[in-house]
Amino acid sequence: MNTGADTITVDRLTRRFGDFVAVDDLSFGVHQGEIFGFLGANGAGKSTTIRMLCGLLLPTSGTATVGGVDVRRDPEGVKRRIGYMSQKFSLYEQLTVDENIRFFAGIYGLSRAKFEERHRFVIEMAGLEGRGRSLTRDLPGGVRQRLALGCAILHEPPIVFLDEPTGGVDPLSRRRFWRLIDTLSAQGVTVLVTTHYMDEAEHCHRIAIMHAGRLAALGTTSELKGLFRGRSIVEIDTGNPVMAMRVLQDAPAVEKTSVFGTAVHAVLRHGDDDLAELRQRLTAAGLTVGAIAPVEPSLEDVFLDVMDRRAS
Amino acid sequence: MRMRAAVRRTLVLMWKELLELKRDPRLLNIVILAPVLQLLMLGYAATTDVRNVPMVVADADRSVASRQLIDRFNDSPYFTVTHVVTTVDQVDPDLTKGTAWMALSIPAGYGNHLGTGVPQTVQVIADGSDSNSATIALGNATALLAGYTKQLVAARSPAAAAAGFDARIRIWFNPRLESRDFMVPGVLALLLVVVTAIMSSMAIVREREIGTLEQLNVTPIGRGELIVGKLVPYAVLGLVDVVLVIAVALLWFQVPLRGSLALLFVLTLVYLLTALGLGLFVSTVSDTQQQAMMTAMFFFLMPMIYLSGFVFPIANMPRVIQWLTYLIPLRYYLVIVRGIFLKGVGLEALWPQAAALAVWGTAILGLAVARSTKRVR
Repeated sequence: MNTGADTITVDRLTRRFGDFVAVDDLSFGVHQGEIFGFLGANGAGKSTTIRMLCGLLLPTSGTATVGGVDVRRDPEGVKRRIGYMSQKFSLYEQLTVDENIRFFAGIYGLSRAKFEERHRFVIEMAGLEGRGRSLTRDLPGGVRQRLALGCAILHEPPIVFLDEPTGGVDPLSRRRFWRLIDTLSAQGVTVLVTTHYMDEAEHCHRIAIMHAGRLAALGTTSELKGLFRGRSIVEIDTGNPVMAMRVLQDAPAVEKTSVFGTAVHAVLRHGDDDLAELRQRLTAAGLTVGAIAPVEPSLEDVFLDVMDRRAS
Repeated sequence: MRMRAAVRRTLVLMWKELLELKRDPRLLNIVILAPVLQLLMLGYAATTDVRNVPMVVADADRSVASRQLIDRFNDSPYFTVTHVVTTVDQVDPDLTKGTAWMALSIPAGYGNHLGTGVPQTVQVIADGSDSNSATIALGNATALLAGYTKQLVAARSPAAAAAGFDARIRIWFNPRLESRDFMVPGVLALLLVVVTAIMSSMAIVREREIGTLEQLNVTPIGRGELIVGKLVPYAVLGLVDVVLVIAVALLWFQVPLRGSLALLFVLTLVYLLTALGLGLFVSTVSDTQQQAMMTAMFFFLMPMIYLSGFVFPIANMPRVIQWLTYLIPLRYYLVIVRGIFLKGVGLEALWPQAAALAVWGTAILGLAVARSTKRVR
């Protein structure tokens, strides 16, 4: 992926709102063509970071460059090089599909020939063939979101920022949306995306986990999972996960527990994996226990682990 | 090249804005129905004429002469005698309940003494709770009585009547003293500012609410382009209103237009810019449409109505408040619109007002551009 210098560089970036530090001393770089994911709870500072990188918000201190342009010195220059799409799909609902495309093409100053070409591209990628005259507000959420992405990249920007682009969209549409992101990346477009969804984060080449405005962890999926080296995770099937968690917390081998779907994940200290002992404890407490097996850490395990360590 | 790109972006924005307005179902109501209906209603309601004042008469005399006096009142357009009682204390209930605003008391012996040289006194009692109307009605009553007395004297001795001096009062510009001719242009001015300022106050804040403003903010569109692109479509709608409202004033209320229609249009356009600039400014400082509406209404439009001279004459206000009125664009436009309609004056008389409006409009538009959220915070 790395084709040399980073297209986005962030150095000690900080943004305060009064006394509140929304983004605190953030540093990282993003390579060209990379899909870079921002993971974090609400209010962790993901959106604030993106807004600073888009030239919508000035940093309080620190620097950042996007496509070689300093966001503080030339925010308008940044805007010419990027596409941006936020969680609210920013289209005009009273306008038709064609009118929305024409509007953004006009704002970005596309030539007539270019417009024809990009119009076709957007219609195709959004799956809107023959629906150019439909009012945007009548489109289903997933389609509208693909159209919004299309409008945001009409001018073929080399860098795209997506702020929770798949909020409130059905899983099938999400999957389709991520295929579009993969395609963009394959064409050399750098994509910086924030998300809540762990499965989406798995699509990213690298992930930055943010907590309280700070960078809590950064790396590829497998690098992040390496945080569990030396510890193991077991998945326990039980009829009563809440009760099971309470019992397991008292076991000396168990570092911590979390609910994972209908099962319980327990993190065991230092490769201590006496599964029989765990099973015995659970049955002694009157719980029915199904399978107990070691599992690979998921990104969710990583996320929760990072959050826990940050909180303590 | 840069300029051409900016012009193109502005035009695209105007086109988009007009499309959205065209598809807004509220548009017809706000732009066409509301102003016309309001002008029709206010044109009739906003009148300071005091006519057909309900009157009760206490006639203790019951003579031919007293009945002549009562008829005199009843025949006047200003009074309507609702009923006649015999003693003066019988008028109380009518004045208290408000079924009569005014009472006339004619003493016993009025008819017999008339023409004998003994001065006769009739009493007029007015309900002063609405002091303005009461003053006007009393004035009308006094004038009526004076005229009647003069006529009686003249009938008896023409020489005596001719000896007095004869003051002839001539009223310029609105000779019939029709308050409607004065009020309708005022209502027109008021409606234009209310409709256009409220419409344009929604313009930018609506995009902020639905999130498209942020989308626009990451595009190369400049804030001047944003303001101009928003302003022009609303100015077009405002012009539609100008034509409609002037047409109603001329054709329905038959308010005389003594001055130049072209000048009226040009100066109205300048006035429109101040209203639109005001609305856009409110739009840039508000976070929600509701907030924009409230700000426009309470901080700008209400003071404008009270301080412009539309309701209360500026000359009667305390000095400090009078200074404040110089900040109110409606003040200048009222002079312009009434001047052109009623006095038929031209730019030679109205240029100070026109200049004030132009300065005001430029300033508020400049503020709106400066405050526009295209800026990076």
